[in-house]
Amino acid sequence: MCSPAARSRTLLAALALGAAACRGPQSALDPAGRGADRIATLFTIMAVGAAVVWLAMVALTVFAVRVHAAPRVERRTALFILGGGALVPTVVLTALLVYGLALLPELVAPAPAGSLRVAVTGEQWWWRVRYPGPDGRTVELANEVHLPLGQAADLRLDSADVIHSFWIPSLGGKLDMFPGRTSRLALWPTRAGRYRGVCAEYCGASHALMAFAVVVEPRAALDRWLAHQSEPARPPTTPLGARGAALFLADGCGACHAVRGTPAAGTLGPDLTHVGSRHGLGAATLPNDAGTFARWITHPESLKPGVHMPAFGMLPPADVRALAAYLEELQ
Amino acid sequence: MSPEAPDDESNQSLWFVVAAPLCWAAHFLVSYATVAVWCERYAGRDGSLYQARVAVAAYTAAALGGIGLIALAAWRRYQHGGGTEAFDADTPLGRHRFIGSATLLLSALSAVATAYSALTVVFIRDCH
Ligand code: HEC
Ligand SMILES: [Cu+2]
Repeated sequence: MCSPAARSRTLLAALALGAAACRGPQSALDPAGRGADRIATLFTIMAVGAAVVWLAMVALTVFAVRVHAAPRVERRTALFILGGGALVPTVVLTALLVYGLALLPELVAPAPAGSLRVAVTGEQWWWRVRYPGPDGRTVELANEVHLPLGQAADLRLDSADVIHSFWIPSLGGKLDMFPGRTSRLALWPTRAGRYRGVCAEYCGASHALMAFAVVVEPRAALDRWLAHQSEPARPPTTPLGARGAALFLADGCGACHAVRGTPAAGTLGPDLTHVGSRHGLGAATLPNDAGTFARWITHPESLKPGVHMPAFGMLPPADVRALAAYLEELQ
Repeated sequence: MSPEAPDDESNQSLWFVVAAPLCWAAHFLVSYATVAVWCERYAGRDGSLYQARVAVAAYTAAALGGIGLIALAAWRRYQHGGGTEAFDADTPLGRHRFIGSATLLLSALSAVATAYSALTVVFIRDCH
């Protein structure tokens, strides 16, 4: 047996671990946006409310069974059952319900006019993202969303196939994405940083592998990022990359993927114009490096079951390396 | 609703027990449909919910009124025969009183549930 001191140290460590688990890029308990902040408070109040009710019930049970295990006056008992069994729960539930409902108008209010508008379409199993470009034209990106710090963003959400759900736990509530209907979600990030968004509605085999990177940064930095992202791809600078660029077109990748500034203009899969700059691959579920590019190209199915991209395992390894080098250069 | 001779059970109906929950269900359904149709067909995404809220207020008054009447009838049943016979007794009067008490309790629950449904439009004032 361990000593009491050791035991309390273990307990403290466990508590600290538990508290640490509340932080991180994808925690509704560590809010970095207005919506998430309200929801975290709501959660705390509901959890404390539930704990108080539970403790009171346990105390009553102990009282009835242990402390005062004697027959009671029937009339008083009836009153007690009515009060404790019906009246008190109704009052407690009403209070919690009113508090919860009172939060709703703010959480569902649309973003103020003039907010940055970001359109996101859920697709099995990735995210098509559209921003208004600096010249007014729409810029199509994928699997990464940048939001302005301290400002509202007006997200327009829909789906290309089945129902998905858009959720950045650190920033706000989740909202379903329906085919044929645009839902609006206002997010108001309050802390700069990198977060993680996920699909929160089961949508098929790789639902759990459908994430996206979220970057919250000051508006000026965001505008610089967006200006860069809206530029066409830079031509490869290494011979290997140049060979990869030619293979990309020759192997038919351009039928599904667009690389702006090249003849590749497919729209079935994610835009790859600046794929090398993304914070992850395969919808933010894999590291972004040459090795992963090679694995993704040769057997995407093993990284993402059911993926709607054919495997190119028949390509000679040298070609795969060239393609990977090219994609990495698409910064 | 409360027959004079409880020992004649031929005209007793269990539907009485579910009448109050049915009021709640009808209130829920009609409120939901009204708000959905109002927003989709008339007010639009950013429209005000005002007219639909007035309608829901009217439905709520009607539903609570109906539940109140049912509760009153249930109370009478419960008190039938001076309210002395045990209401779980295996007799016509016992069953009569039992249905009254069950209906009375369900009426209370239905009234609370109806009020909870209506609370939504106290806070939500527009369609988005
Ligand atoms: C039939 C259409 C199709 C073809 C052809 C195709 N892809 Fe894809 N690709 C997709 C789809 C769909 C996805 C998204 C998969 C997912 O994340 O669920 C994708 C994803 C990718 C990604 C990951 C992008 C990201 O940001 O996560 C890379 C890289 C990629 N493809 C490279 C290639 C290359 C290189 C080729 C040619 C050898 C190619 N693809 C051919 C459909 C295609
Ligand atoms: Cu999903």
